[in-house]
Order: sequence, then structure tokens, then C-alpha cells
Amino acid sequence: MAKPLRDIIYDDPKKMFGLNQEDARIAKSYLSVAFITLLIGGILGLLQGLQRAGLMELPAWLNYYQVLTAHGILLILIFTAAFTIGYLYSGFSHTIGGLLPKVRKLAWTGFGLILIGVVLVVATILANEASVLYTFYPPMAASPVFYIGLVFIVLGIWANCFGVFINYNHWRKNHKGQVTPLFAFFTMGVFVLWFFGSLGVTYEVLTLIPWSLGWKETINVMVSRTLFWSFGHTLVNIWYVVASSAWYVALPKIVGGRLFSDKLARVVVILLVILNIPGGFHHQIIDPGITETVKFLHVFMSVSIAFPSLMTAFAMFAVLERAGRRHGGRGLFGWFKKLPWGDVRFLAPMIAMIAFIPGGAGGLINTSNQINQVIHNTLWVVGHFHITVGVSVVLTFFGICYWLIPFISKRKLTLQMNKLGIIQTITWTVGMILMSGSQHLVGLLGDPRRTSYTTYGDHETALSWIPYEYVMGIGATLLLLGVIIQVYAVFNMMFFAPKGETEFPIGESEDDESPTPLWTERWSLWIILMLMVVAMAYVIPIVDFVVNGPPGSPPIKTW
Amino acid sequence: MHRLEEIWLALSAGILVVFMVIVGYQGFALGMGPPSNMDTVDPQKVDETEPFDEPGVYKRGENQYEVIMTLQAFSFNPGDIEVPAGAEVTFTMTSKDVTHGFQIAGTNVNAMVMPGHIQKITHTFDEPGSYLVLCNEYCGTGHQLMSTEITVK
Ligand code: HEM
Ligand SMILES: [Cu+2]
Ligand SMILES: [Cu+2]
Repeated sequence: MAKPLRDIIYDDPKKMFGLNQEDARIAKSYLSVAFITLLIGGILGLLQGLQRAGLMELPAWLNYYQVLTAHGILLILIFTAAFTIGYLYSGFSHTIGGLLPKVRKLAWTGFGLILIGVVLVVATILANEASVLYTFYPPMAASPVFYIGLVFIVLGIWANCFGVFINYNHWRKNHKGQVTPLFAFFTMGVFVLWFFGSLGVTYEVLTLIPWSLGWKETINVMVSRTLFWSFGHTLVNIWYVVASSAWYVALPKIVGGRLFSDKLARVVVILLVILNIPGGFHHQIIDPGITETVKFLHVFMSVSIAFPSLMTAFAMFAVLERAGRRHGGRGLFGWFKKLPWGDVRFLAPMIAMIAFIPGGAGGLINTSNQINQVIHNTLWVVGHFHITVGVSVVLTFFGICYWLIPFISKRKLTLQMNKLGIIQTITWTVGMILMSGSQHLVGLLGDPRRTSYTTYGDHETALSWIPYEYVMGIGATLLLLGVIIQVYAVFNMMFFAPKGETEFPIGESEDDESPTPLWTERWSLWIILMLMVVAMAYVIPIVDFVVNGPPGSPPIKTW
Repeated sequence: MHRLEEIWLALSAGILVVFMVIVGYQGFALGMGPPSNMDTVDPQKVDETEPFDEPGVYKRGENQYEVIMTLQAFSFNPGDIEVPAGAEVTFTMTSKDVTHGFQIAGTNVNAMVMPGHIQKITHTFDEPGSYLVLCNEYCGTGHQLMSTEITVK
């Protein structure tokens, strides 16, 4: 139920006046970094798409693998992190009534650390000292500066994690007996995952630094790879929790409906936090040195993530159906037509959610031991994550921009901007269908990922892939167009759109919904459970790699 | 919880369980598990260690072969392999430098080959033809050139 104005002023005076200037500045800075990064990453993406199809040659000073390393790191690490922090910090500040001054300081410290890290990483990639791709599997060794840059980025993210933890506890102390606002709960879930999920990879990077400096002779390749994926996969679910915060919290309000169930949303977050980290093993299904039994256990652990996702699918359909019927939709599918298709704030996340159906099914395929052998390291995988990250997550991020940015910059979403947003959404969707679709198909035929243009000495099998690669190039071109429109829209809404008040859409519960139980807030318990699951998944294989592992590998530079 | 939601979740859980049973059955009963060999080797002494001191194609039985192969940036040793149609071939592989991938396009042969670890994978080549073997894990500037052929006669 909507609170009377008097109560809002009484509870959270700051909420009345929108986001305060200081918190808005934090959000704007992070979001600016996010979209500048997207622009650069998108341009690199197009270069890849065209180079691979043999439609274009790169200049002598820039090789394909430098481009690919930068594309991977900029987009999946920097773009998503900067967007997530900008978005969650605004919503967090908004729903709990402003950030504490020391939390603001942490956010700015994090901002500085991340920028330093990005400069170090990008400089080493440009100098061709770090063409190791975003996975930086040893024994391929980059310049130590690259790893040091990564440490700065992680520290920057941690600063933001601590900020959220501090502010969350502060709110709980001052609101005894109350559950936190749902948006704040999602925020907490994301930053808990980020912190714990990045511990393993941080340890890995800290071991790579002395090794790349020559202070330590060899490295255990399997341990490094496994620690990397414990993070790599967690990152995927971090995006997914971020995106679903908008699906659960904002979307019901945008479609003029109510929340499905506050409690169910929290249970989904808790499940994702607890179950997530072991999923990383599905990236190692055809690795040596891990027994089939352990691999089978991990298929189970990966598949269990599908369960909260299916809960989400149900909840979203229920919200949309109820909203459609409330607006007069009749019959089995009448409600579907009553949804606000012409509103980009709805259309973009809706397509994102629909994309999660093939995306999720593809994920199940990838994680099953046998089919994984068909598609592992082929372009199928690239198609898979461009549809999951590139559509389900990124298109949700794009949709969020159309209310978040006017909200923080105290401006309005104009009708023209809405129209541009619709055009952007369609461009992106068509581009991704072409690019990701052709990647899926040609991947089934065996075309490997992470490989610059080649015909393998005109082998007929490789020649048969080329038509698909053309389609990939066309999709990539549309996607860059989409990126340009989006970046324009973001900066226009941030600095030039007409002044005004825009609402941060927060869905309300149904009138008859029972109150959310307080036990959902027991984060210490969720963290302990998460660590137990991590221990179940990782202790046996890691001990095995260390105790029964081969002698290590020295650093090698093959580019 | 709503009745419909309960049904949905029960169905979801059911499908996931069936999925697990199939994966497990294929893996453990039909022997279709993913390549997961556990042997190791010193990655800096591959050339001196048996069997990798003599890479090559060895006949192990009636139309059964073993290929002892080393992978290094950017080649497969031995390359250009020939086997008769119907041959069951086991590839025993390791890497002399960084991580590589071993993939035979158009088949289900796909395995990671990592320094320090010995990987094994078996395939029966029923159809005659020229099969493209390629490295599918980025391994350096020449990664896109790392390929060879298997000719089945
Ligand atoms: C203009 C838009 C984009 C285009 C044209 C594009 C194109 C591509 C292409 C062609 C590849 C395959 C390279 C290869 O395996 O050889 C690739 C890889 C990749 N892309 Fe994108 N992409 C775009 C946007 C994105 C976005 C928004 C994300 C994530 C947020 C993303 C994440 C990745 C990742 C993680 C890889 C794998 C890198 C690796 O294998 O090391 N891309 N992209
Ligand atoms: Cu994963
Ligand atoms: Cu290779």
C-alpha cells in the first residue's frame, strides 16, 4: 500500500526530494564511465566482427587479440561494474534515504581506484604486453602491470561493497524490526556476491604478480584456471541479480501493476547468493585433471541455479498478466496486448526477459557434460553469452537508463527520447538476433571462438563457415549503431533533456500481501551457507590439483 | 504460495532432475563422459618423458590406433595423420607450453590440453574424408594458424 505523504516525510525526509545532489554526482560519474566504456568496447566489437569475416584488416600496430582482450575486459568487467554501481547506488540511496558521508567517500575512493586500474590495464594491452584475453589463463604471462591494474579494479569494487555493507547495517540498526526496502535487499545481494565471488580470483592474481615478475618460478595452471572461473561465473549471476532487481522492483510499477511477492523476490536473491559460486566448474567440463564424478556433481550445482530462474519466470508472467487484466485485457491472451509496448522503459526489459528463455535453455545445454563437447570453445558460446549478457542483461540496463538517468539528473524523458529508445531497442534486438544467431549456428559446425580470420589453408570445412561470418558482421554493424544511439541517449538525458521531476519506479505490494518475514535479512546465515556450498564444491578438486598436481609452469609469452 | 506456482515449481524441479539423470546415465552407464584424464607430466620435460619422447601414430590392435601427440604454439605433432575408415583412434596429448584446445571439426572430439596434464579422447572415424583438426583455445599470435588434417581412407 502507498504510504501517506506525512509518513514518508516522517520516515525518510530525504526521499521526498529525489536523489540528493551528492549521491547523484556519484551515480552520474559511474554511469558516464560505463557508457564511454560501452562506446569503446562496441567499436572494438565491430572490428572483431568484420575482421573475423575477412571483410576488413586491422592496422599493423593493432592485432586481433589485443582488440579481443580489450573488448572482453572493458565490456564484461568495466562497463557492467560501473553501470551496476551507478544504478544500485542511486536506488539504494533513494530507498534508504541517502548515503552516509563515509559511504560516499568509499564510493569515490572506489571510483579513483577503478580508473587507475583501467588505465594500467588498457595501457598494457595497447603496448601489446597483455594479449592474454580477459581470462588471462597462465602460463601465458602478461606484464605485471596488467595484473596490478586488475588488483586496483578489484579494490575499487570492494570499496563499493564495504560502502553498501556499512550503510545497510546502519539502516537496520535504526529500523529495528523492519525489513529493508526490496531494492536495498537486491543491492545487498549483489555486493555480497561481488565480494565473496572475487576472493578466489584476487588470490589468483596476487600469485600471478610475483610469478610474472620472475620472483616465483612456476604456477599451478589448474588452480589458477579454477579460481578464475569461480569468479567468472559469479560475475554472470551478479549481472543477473542486477537485471532482475529492475524486473522485480521497477517493472511492476512501469506496467501499472503490483509486485508479485516481496518475499519470493528475496528468496530468489538468497538462493542465487547461496548456490552461485560453484557454477564456475561448467567452464571446465572438458578439462583434464578433474574426475568425472566431480564434474557430475558440478553439473548438479550449475543446474540448481536454473531453479530460482524458473521462479523468476513465473513471477514475471504473473505480474504482467495481472497488470494487463487490471487494464482491461480479457481472455487467455488479451492481457498481453494491454501491456505498454510503446514505452521503452517496458519494451527493453521485456525483450531482455524473453531473451532469457533461449539464453537459459542454451545455458542448460552448455552445462550438460556431453553436449558441452560439441560446443565448447566454438562460436556457439560467444552466441550464448551475447544473448544472455548482451540482451537479457544489457538490454535491461539500457531500459533502466530511460528512467534512472532523468531521475538522477532531475530531467524528463521526452516523447522523442522514448521513440529513440524504441528504435535503439529494435536495432539492438535485430543486431543480436543476426550476430548471436549466426554464431550459434556456425558454432555447431565447429567454428572456434577467439580466433582471428583464417581459412585453415582453405580447408573446405572452414570455407563453409564464411557465409555465417558475413551475417555475424552485419549483426555487429547494427549493434554498433545501437551502441551509438544508446550512448547519445544517455548523455542527452544526463545533461541536455528538459528539466523536471522523474520518478524512480518502485513497485508496491498487493493490498492483501502478508508482511515479509524478518528472517530473510539474516545475511550472516546466508553467507555461511554460501561458504559451505563453496567448500563442498571446491575443497576436493583444489586439494587434488595441489597434492596430485604436476610440477608448475614458468611464464610464457606467445604473442 | 499459489496453487499454480506450486505446480510450476514442481514441474521445473522434475525436469531438472530428469536432466540430471540423463546426463548421469550417459556419463556413467554409456561411457560418454567428458574427457577427464588424471595423469600428469612435468610440463618442462615433455620431450624427455615417455610416451611423449616419441610422438606418432601407433597401431594398438585390429583397426585400433593410439596417437601420441604434443601440442605447442602453433602446431600439432604429429600432423597430417592418416587412418583407415572405421579406425578407433585414441589421442593421448599434452602441451609443451600454454593451454591449447584439440577439436576435430564435424565430430564430438573436443578437449582442453593443458601443460602438466595428459588428456585422452577416443573417436571412431566411420566416414572417409579429410577432417580439420584445430586449436580452439587462444594460445598466442599464431593461434588461428594452429591446425592440421586427419585423412580417413
Ligand atoms: C557492438 C556490440 C558488440 C559486438 C559487435 C560484439 C562482437 C563480438 C564478437 C564478434 C566477439 C567474438 C570474438 C571471438 O571469439 O573471436 C565478441 C566476444 C565477446 N564479447 Fe562482444 N560484442 C558486442 C557487445 C558486447 C557486450 C555488450 C558484451 C558484454 C557486456 C560483450 C562481451 C563479449 C565477451 C565477454 C566476449 C568474449 C571475449 C573472449 O572470448 O575473450 N560484447 N564480441
Ligand atoms: Cu558460467
Ligand atoms: Cu593452440
